[in-house]
Amino acid sequence: MPFELIVALRYLREGRTQTALILAGIAVGVGVIVFLSALIGGLQRTLIASTLGTQPHIVVRPREEVPRVLGPRDDTVREAQVERPAQRVRSIVQWQQARNAIASVPGVVATSPTISGAAIAVRGGGANAVALRGIEPETYRRIVPLDSFLVAGRVDLDGLKVLIGVDLARELGVEVGGRVRLRVGAEDRRGASDTASARAAYTVSGIFDFGNADLNERWVFASLRTTQSLFGLEGGASGIEVRVREIYAADGIAAEVVRRTGLVADSWMTTNAQLLRGLRSQSASSLMIQVFVVLAVALGIASVLAVSVVQKAREIGILRATGTSTRQVLRIFLAQGAILGGIGSAIGIAIGIGLGTFFASLATNPDGSPTFPVDLDVVLYLRSAAIAIGVGTLSALLPARRAALMNPADAIRTG
Amino acid sequence: MAHVERGEPLLRLEGVTKAYGGHVVTHALRGIDLAVGAGEFVALTGPSGSGKSTLLNIIGLLDTPTSGRIWYRGVETGALDEAGMTRLRGEGIGFVFQFHHLLSAFTALENVLLPMLALRGRRDVEMEARAAQLLHEVGLADRAAYPSSDLSGGQQQRVAVARALMLQPPLVLADEPTGNLDSESGDQVFQLLRDINARHDTTFILVTHDEHLAARCDRIVHLVDGHLASDTSNQVQ
Repeated sequence: MPFELIVALRYLREGRTQTALILAGIAVGVGVIVFLSALIGGLQRTLIASTLGTQPHIVVRPREEVPRVLGPRDDTVREAQVERPAQRVRSIVQWQQARNAIASVPGVVATSPTISGAAIAVRGGGANAVALRGIEPETYRRIVPLDSFLVAGRVDLDGLKVLIGVDLARELGVEVGGRVRLRVGAEDRRGASDTASARAAYTVSGIFDFGNADLNERWVFASLRTTQSLFGLEGGASGIEVRVREIYAADGIAAEVVRRTGLVADSWMTTNAQLLRGLRSQSASSLMIQVFVVLAVALGIASVLAVSVVQKAREIGILRATGTSTRQVLRIFLAQGAILGGIGSAIGIAIGIGLGTFFASLATNPDGSPTFPVDLDVVLYLRSAAIAIGVGTLSALLPARRAALMNPADAIRTG
Repeated sequence: MAHVERGEPLLRLEGVTKAYGGHVVTHALRGIDLAVGAGEFVALTGPSGSGKSTLLNIIGLLDTPTSGRIWYRGVETGALDEAGMTRLRGEGIGFVFQFHHLLSAFTALENVLLPMLALRGRRDVEMEARAAQLLHEVGLADRAAYPSSDLSGGQQQRVAVARALMLQPPLVLADEPTGNLDSESGDQVFQLLRDINARHDTTFILVTHDEHLAARCDRIVHLVDGHLASDTSNQVQ
């Protein structure tokens, strides 16, 4: 064991009470940091999972239609009031090429073509306005894990089959195997109302529960082919839904998608701006608390070591007289700071894990998951330990410098 | 005033002065010229405030002179940086203080091996053997594992002597080494220093108020008000 470490450990062992008190302070501080980070991390993860679990990270769609005002053909002055046209369901031009371009953007992990439009679900005397979503189940599963939300039936959209939410099923009084009719709002569109799809009854193959009443009441999934037929978009896709590896990179990836395709790309960060603001505020509050805790820990370590330098002044003088260099004295006190930080963080991490586990077990949801989920992971422990050791060492710097720069003769005489 | 030299000068001081203070300057040492040869046993005497301890600290490189030059083992110490002074002090000079000043968190053996541990950075079997041998020489072989605070004053001072000898320094500086001991323990410690001087030819410079003790040294350097008032040789007792 190096000389400096031997002396540092002996000094800490000699001042047991002081060492125990500061260790307790560091441990509580680190414990608070671990627990708070785990709790906020868990809450944010759950919130993001519940929000993004049922939606893509980026939705790519065609540019909106804008009216064109024709210029006057003669010298007459004409006044025109240009109204924003109603947006109809339109296909992305050459969507397969666009999809390939999107898939090649770094960070994109999955893409899936969709058609989304308004429809009316009718069964008997009941009729509900719904959002009809045409999907390819095999690619859409990589965007939204549909199967995990199913409460009845299975994901089977072959032919004239649909998936509906639990609330819509209840309102229409339909179960798996039951039938509903779908009417799209473009019946005046050429050909659409006359197709077999428009006239057909659709069999409910599965019922999902997204944990969101609005989605459960409004969303209906059908196959892409069926919706193409219903909306008169044979071979088309009105949108491409995208999943990215790093959710907070979604804005940047969306911008790149726009650059490469010329289409409109909305990331979840834009469409959920309020949620994002909330998450960021939460993170900022948590960070502030952690900064103050770290500051308190740093002051604690610095004050204990400053007292130790005063108490040990004569011994420091003796060490210097017996050949210990100023750098060695500096390292003795820096080592004490690092040791305090290291041991304190180990205890603190244990406290944080204990608190987190206890807190998570306090209340559970009906499905058994904790009401207050906590994200306890190795990265958090390592980060907390690194902070504590770093802060410990830095806090020791001033007292250590003071010790190292002591005049040995003065220290021996007056210490 | 006789100037005693035995062999080559181990230590030479030329016009060493030390002044303290800002507006009101206090001169602790005024133009000290001194040469000490290898193997000498020198008593540094003088009334309180005469500059004995200041001179000892300057010789021991624990303090720097305001002016003047010092050569130790042929090296002019004023030309050394902090690291060079630390190395020269660690390897070449041993210290024994009035209040033993052992490190309370360490055992007797660990206190003895401390200078070598600081020098080498890591503890090893060889240094432990040497520390044990030194404790044996000072009659404390059976106290090696004792915490230093559990030893009597005389025992602690003997441990401090052993520590001063750990790196076999040619020069040992002792500041009132018996001043805090009863007469019997003091006599034992003094005799120990004389034995080491005789056996290893180690040079000793010993600050003392005790005239009887000074009379048992080879040479007496007497300071008054920072001046070297006298430098006399003694018949070795």
